[in-house]
Amino acid sequence: MKPKVAFFDFAGCEGCQLALLNCEDVLLDLLEVVELVEFREALSERAPRYDIAFIEGSIHREEDIERLRDIRARAKLLVALGACACNGNVQARANLMAPAQNFERVYGEEARDRVQVSPRYWPLWAHTRVRAVHEVVAVDYSLRGCPMVAEEFLALVKAIVTGQIPRQPANAVCVECKKNGNECVYDRGLACMGQIAYGGCDAVCINGGHVCDACRGLLPYANLDAHRALLRQLGIEEREIAHRYRLHLCGEMMGKELLT
Amino acid sequence: MSAEPGTHRIHIEHVTRVEGHGSLRINTRAGAVEEVRLEIVEANRFFESFVIGMQPHEVPQTVSRICGICCVGHQLAATKAIEAALGLAVSDQTLRLRKMLNESQFLQSHALHVYFLAMPDYLGAKSVLPLAQSHPDLVRRALKLKKLANDYTAVIGGRTLHPMANTLCGWRKLPDRDAMAEILARLRESVTELQAMTEFVATLKFPALERETEFVSLRHPQEYALYDGEIVGSDSDQLLAVSDYRQACNEFTVEHSTSKWSRWHRESYMVGALARVNNNFDQLHPRAQQVAEELGLRVPCYNPYLNNTAQLVEMVHCTHHSIALLEETLDLGLQIEDVGYVPRAGRGAGAVEVPRGVLFHEYAFDDQGRCCDADAVIPTSQNVSNIERDMRAFVPQLLGQVGEQELALHMEMLLRAYDPCISCSVHMLDVEFV
Repeated sequence: MKPKVAFFDFAGCEGCQLALLNCEDVLLDLLEVVELVEFREALSERAPRYDIAFIEGSIHREEDIERLRDIRARAKLLVALGACACNGNVQARANLMAPAQNFERVYGEEARDRVQVSPRYWPLWAHTRVRAVHEVVAVDYSLRGCPMVAEEFLALVKAIVTGQIPRQPANAVCVECKKNGNECVYDRGLACMGQIAYGGCDAVCINGGHVCDACRGLLPYANLDAHRALLRQLGIEEREIAHRYRLHLCGEMMGKELLT
Repeated sequence: MSAEPGTHRIHIEHVTRVEGHGSLRINTRAGAVEEVRLEIVEANRFFESFVIGMQPHEVPQTVSRICGICCVGHQLAATKAIEAALGLAVSDQTLRLRKMLNESQFLQSHALHVYFLAMPDYLGAKSVLPLAQSHPDLVRRALKLKKLANDYTAVIGGRTLHPMANTLCGWRKLPDRDAMAEILARLRESVTELQAMTEFVATLKFPALERETEFVSLRHPQEYALYDGEIVGSDSDQLLAVSDYRQACNEFTVEHSTSKWSRWHRESYMVGALARVNNNFDQLHPRAQQVAEELGLRVPCYNPYLNNTAQLVEMVHCTHHSIALLEETLDLGLQIEDVGYVPRAGRGAGAVEVPRGVLFHEYAFDDQGRCCDADAVIPTSQNVSNIERDMRAFVPQLLGQVGEQELALHMEMLLRAYDPCISCSVHMLDVEFV
């Protein structure tokens, strides 16, 4: 029996599903070893139980929490797919502001007032917090990054299908960046987050001439004080340092010193 | 079937094979339409709120995350808007690179939409998967075209999804010459694949339903407007400057729906491939015009289902135009440019055609050079009103001829023909609780 695999999208850009659809070379081979039972963006079918459920996007509303719990109850393994699912990604920046303020900025004053006054809209107040998937249900594996890395996805599926323990090394982005022989962006005086962020992305953004924004999340042993001290030495202002930590890491840094 | 003839209660939750979450509700009684509603069920994400406080160069890559399929379009519209706000000019080299980046996204998105999301309906399949068995050549060809488009984006933009090479004033890291030459060779080869696709699509039977409407797109004096141009509506010859985009979109609310709708010269308008082909047909590459003819697409065309054929026409156009752009770029070579800029206060709008239609972004920056206001008007939210009006017009025509299931399928197909991108548009639409 091929394992039944399903994909579910919550709030996000659906780019991680797209990253999978973009594996044109292996897509048909992949379907030889797994049975795709739900994939709303590409299929019209639905199924009752799953061996592996992939969850894309972050969790914003009460109804999303219920849907996610229901999926968890019907799935043997649950995988958080991509940065929004793993840590809330840039969307968690919405947590920095009151929901009414967010509503006013996007929909105008009238919508803000309606949201506050009409009971019909009260469920929206659940929106005070953009949550990562692990904040709502137990997560077995995480595929980090914005977008997720297709090679990591394939390695994980391969390991699960062949009964091995998936290996997901926790190295900093710097490890891969150095291997690629990139000039360190600190030499250009730019604020890079690569030292404290999960690698596995092949340092793709630095290869492409950019800096690391830490979309893959904070390493568990990252020394944030040392990182901040280094940025200060480079002459980067305190406000800018805090700003860098807010870009993709809001969901992880919320309530911590660096956001104040 | 319902008890009373011509009476249907159709509710399709989480419509599949569209980008983002939407539901469709159609109620009819005794052959008359009571209610047609496209409901947006996606959670709010508040991009326009949380970009506030960002520095100018951080915004394009952040708003890229509004949508995976349209990531290039969002970052290009933002880049242009911010450059307008800060008074920054770009070189011809950067313009060429951006046009290529944009066209690579057209090739990718149209291939995905035509072959993977829309085609299964026309071949009686629930998804592209059974087609791998029944139409292996078709699926292999589609995958090959999509892969080429993805590799094209990666070569020009640094990666396929949320590319990071493009920034204000130019490119952070220039594309590799050999990699561009390889893409050029593959684009030339793909011309025959596209021909085979055209021959296949020409055999499909599209529903023959028409409703006259206004088509809105960009228009450029020298070329088929994709990256640049002014706003044009088919009901008027008057061009509108991009900075006045609000006059074209005219967002308004209606009693029966809490969604924001758009209208310009009449009650609704359409944006996207069909709108562009209708408005700027003469500027298409001659080969693309020929393909339009082979597919039976004659302008003006008021059949929204034929948006899928217009997408194929644009794939042909983008392929030929990209070949020319790559040849020119390889001829001239690429020079490293300074992408430094001085932040300042200002406000600016930018527009770019993306696969689903014209996209507008606007940003304002304060004295500190921090973003203090943001607005985005998305193709799908401009189309919602037009989609609903199409459904209201077509449902009565279909009622006598087809059963409830087929009626529902036809409406899903209509919705898919517009290639709606609900992830994008949700931030423009109010949430409807059902």
